[in-house]
Amino acid sequence: MSRALDAERRRFLKVLGTASGALIVGVPLRALADTPDELLGQVVLQLSTYVRIEADGTIAIGARDPEIGQGIRTSEARIVAEEMDADWLRVRVLPLALGVTDDGNGEPNWTLGHQEARGSTGVPAAWNDLRDVGAAARALLVQAAAQRFGVAASSLRTNLSQVITADGRKLDYGDLAADASLLPAPQRVVLKDSSRFRLIGQDAGDVDARDIVTGAQRYAIDQWFAGTLVAVIARCPYPGGSLKKLDNTQTRAIKGVEQVLVLPRPNPALPLGTRPLAAGVAVLAADTWTALRARDALVIEWNTGKQIALGDDALAAPLDARFDSAPTTMVRNDGDVDHARRLAHRAVQARYEIATVAHAELEPPNCLARIEDDRARIVAPLQNPRGAFDVVRRLTGLLPSQIDVQLPRSGGGFGRRLDNDHVAEAVLLAKAARKPVKLIWTQADAFAHDCYRPFVVHDLTASLDRKNTITGWRQRIASTSRLVGRGEPADRLWLSEVHPDDLPAGLIPNLQREWFALDSALPRGNWRAGAHGVNAFAMQVFLDEIAHATKQDPLQLRLDLLGVPQQLPYRGHGGPVLDTGRLAGVLKLAADAIGWTKARRDGHGIGLAFHFTYGGYVAHALEVSVTVGKLTIHDAVVAADLGRIVNPLGARAALVGATLDGLSTALDLSITVKNGRIEQQGFHEYPLATMAQLPRDVQVILVPAQTTPAGAFEMGLPSAAPALANAIFAATTVRVRKLPILPELMRLL
Amino acid sequence: MARFPQIPPGHLVGEPTRPGIDVTVNGERFRHTGDPALPLLWYLRDVLRLTGCKYGCDDASCGTCSVLIDGKLARACESPMSQLAGSKITTVEGLADANGNLHPLQQAWIDEDAILCGYCQPGMLIAALDLLMRKPSPTDDDIDTIGNLCRCGSYPRVRRAVKRAAIVMTKDAHK
Repeated sequence: MSRALDAERRRFLKVLGTASGALIVGVPLRALADTPDELLGQVVLQLSTYVRIEADGTIAIGARDPEIGQGIRTSEARIVAEEMDADWLRVRVLPLALGVTDDGNGEPNWTLGHQEARGSTGVPAAWNDLRDVGAAARALLVQAAAQRFGVAASSLRTNLSQVITADGRKLDYGDLAADASLLPAPQRVVLKDSSRFRLIGQDAGDVDARDIVTGAQRYAIDQWFAGTLVAVIARCPYPGGSLKKLDNTQTRAIKGVEQVLVLPRPNPALPLGTRPLAAGVAVLAADTWTALRARDALVIEWNTGKQIALGDDALAAPLDARFDSAPTTMVRNDGDVDHARRLAHRAVQARYEIATVAHAELEPPNCLARIEDDRARIVAPLQNPRGAFDVVRRLTGLLPSQIDVQLPRSGGGFGRRLDNDHVAEAVLLAKAARKPVKLIWTQADAFAHDCYRPFVVHDLTASLDRKNTITGWRQRIASTSRLVGRGEPADRLWLSEVHPDDLPAGLIPNLQREWFALDSALPRGNWRAGAHGVNAFAMQVFLDEIAHATKQDPLQLRLDLLGVPQQLPYRGHGGPVLDTGRLAGVLKLAADAIGWTKARRDGHGIGLAFHFTYGGYVAHALEVSVTVGKLTIHDAVVAADLGRIVNPLGARAALVGATLDGLSTALDLSITVKNGRIEQQGFHEYPLATMAQLPRDVQVILVPAQTTPAGAFEMGLPSAAPALANAIFAATTVRVRKLPILPELMRLL
Repeated sequence: MARFPQIPPGHLVGEPTRPGIDVTVNGERFRHTGDPALPLLWYLRDVLRLTGCKYGCDDASCGTCSVLIDGKLARACESPMSQLAGSKITTVEGLADANGNLHPLQQAWIDEDAILCGYCQPGMLIAALDLLMRKPSPTDDDIDTIGNLCRCGSYPRVRRAVKRAAIVMTKDAHK
């Protein structure tokens, strides 16, 4: 496939020669422009381009997206290396910083395209534009070889970092780099036909694996600038509350404490686009231990905020009355559900409650910030680097080109780092202290001041005709929207809570989806797979309830519902269409793999569930037993159709990981509120499942597909929890309608 | 040009030896002269900059800071320096040999791609080393006793890596 490079694509492709004979394809940023040419070969940490070929044949490929465990550095580099025909054994992958220059009017000009970890979009974006980068590098090398050999470029082929003539003569990319760097960037590139892929579709281990197992990998929390002060903040435990009284005498007396800085009340203007920063008292000290002890020595009283944080029980109590009143938003209304209800032979009704949960990423929020009069540097775990950049710019007034946002590997993310409150705090402190600051949140801080996945209630009623076909589907969803306080008008707050085109929309003639706004001061945010992570539970458990009520096979009911393969319009992320045939396909694969039709041992049960998330089609099948109050997950299968898979080893890690994350969260995790404060302070009160509590393996079935890659990191989560609840019902006839499952199961048994 | 008095080498006088807590970390000897209550976690991270030992929680529940103290599994966050005089401490940085050859566990982790975000893996490796020292051929139930937390869901790959390393290490032991 040949494609012309438009201006947008061409800007990735500036060619740069260096004194060391390296060829650089990509965009030279300020760091590179500031660097003498002769140093370029060595200054790897400042490299802000996509590809650099050294004279010795080493190929450095820049990875632009934040790595949070989704394997994006590996996948991006494989995509570029594939199009280059690079020898993977000679490729080094270098993380890039946020690519930004001034546009001439003081506004940022983003130079590297997609740079975020959100919605499994990294690989699709890379597929869209990074193949060009690799293909352009290859074209330049081929052209340089053509001149050297005195033959037509079209007669040459490439393989394993070599250009090869028709009669078998070879030149290594390293020998051609200097010549190639003198050529102009190509106007057109030819992309490989997929039949010639050697790397894409093959397993690749994580490019940082060696550094991780030797302890050499530097996460943000592992980095310092010279003269850095460590900061910890005592934050107001009441959302929106303020500082009432402070005595810092004892704190100031501790050796090593340098400053105590007060953030007296929430600043509603900060950080951009997210909730106000908490009121707090920051202690800056020479080292972490001193800072922590000094914080403990603060004597503080707090005022509660105007609004109180409510726990799930308080939100659930008035819901009967709330569901009888008018919804906040009618999200979707097909046909006439009331009419379907009147004509129905029978109806099935159920209500599901999904608990508030926290992110609990193992590397808690932290940020290293150095703010000077003419430059700023930020090193932090980030998923939304441009958001972090905006925070720095707004707080410092610096020009875009003066702001350097580094993207170290992040110890988990799960959506927490789409908010940049940690960056705002660190920048404020570094500015005030006039020294570099390394802000650390303790894990207890992270539990108390998270952007939680909110509590959600689904109230579902299905109408069925005499043949037990579902004719009506009424779904009432109540939640505290994640978008409150983020600049969205009231009539758009449902957008983060409900996906109007999620199934069974389009499959049932009369379908109504209403959203009811609940209100609480508890801060909310993005959590892996967003609303899909909870909404799949209600739908997939409810389908099981319908199957049981009508004595139908749960698999057959789902296949009947999905019906003849068709493409339904899907307006949300992952659209524009949802292919019911691909969903039925993964569901059948999962059911077959677990042995759906085989007889089970006494006390064992199988549960199924499927969901469409961000363009990925996933089904789970689980086998469980419950004996003497102990739930055991014996077998787990996840089947996925994610389009073309760039790195199957990485995709399997993502699917297994998301399955286990979904199960761990569903088993026993919830955030509770008492007197307006979060109760959980650590993992002992928020018990992430250990190895012993989860299935020993998860069988992964990947559907071979040639379609554009959909990414992989989030799709494996939503259907895990409902498959578990359905399996528990099959094993025990106890129907769990609440997450987390274990406390509810113990109550019902 | 100013001339400075020449002191014969034999007459060089160093600072007086400061009292402190002597520890050996990955074969190197160090003396801690600060607060004896300092947890080993912050000594390793803030003083020695051995950041393979991770901070992950405040209640000794996550295991990201797992280290070996005199060959026994411990959490660095709950091990004050005052209790460590004379101790030999092994962190993930001390697993590979002096020539940089990886420990079989590290190689197994790479071979099984037991990584995900990677933040908990140094602690997992130390916990696995402790397990294999006690149980050279661990069963699945034995491996289940590794209580380190991972939200990414690396457990099945960690399990396979432990088994792979156990086979290699048992063979090496019989050579």
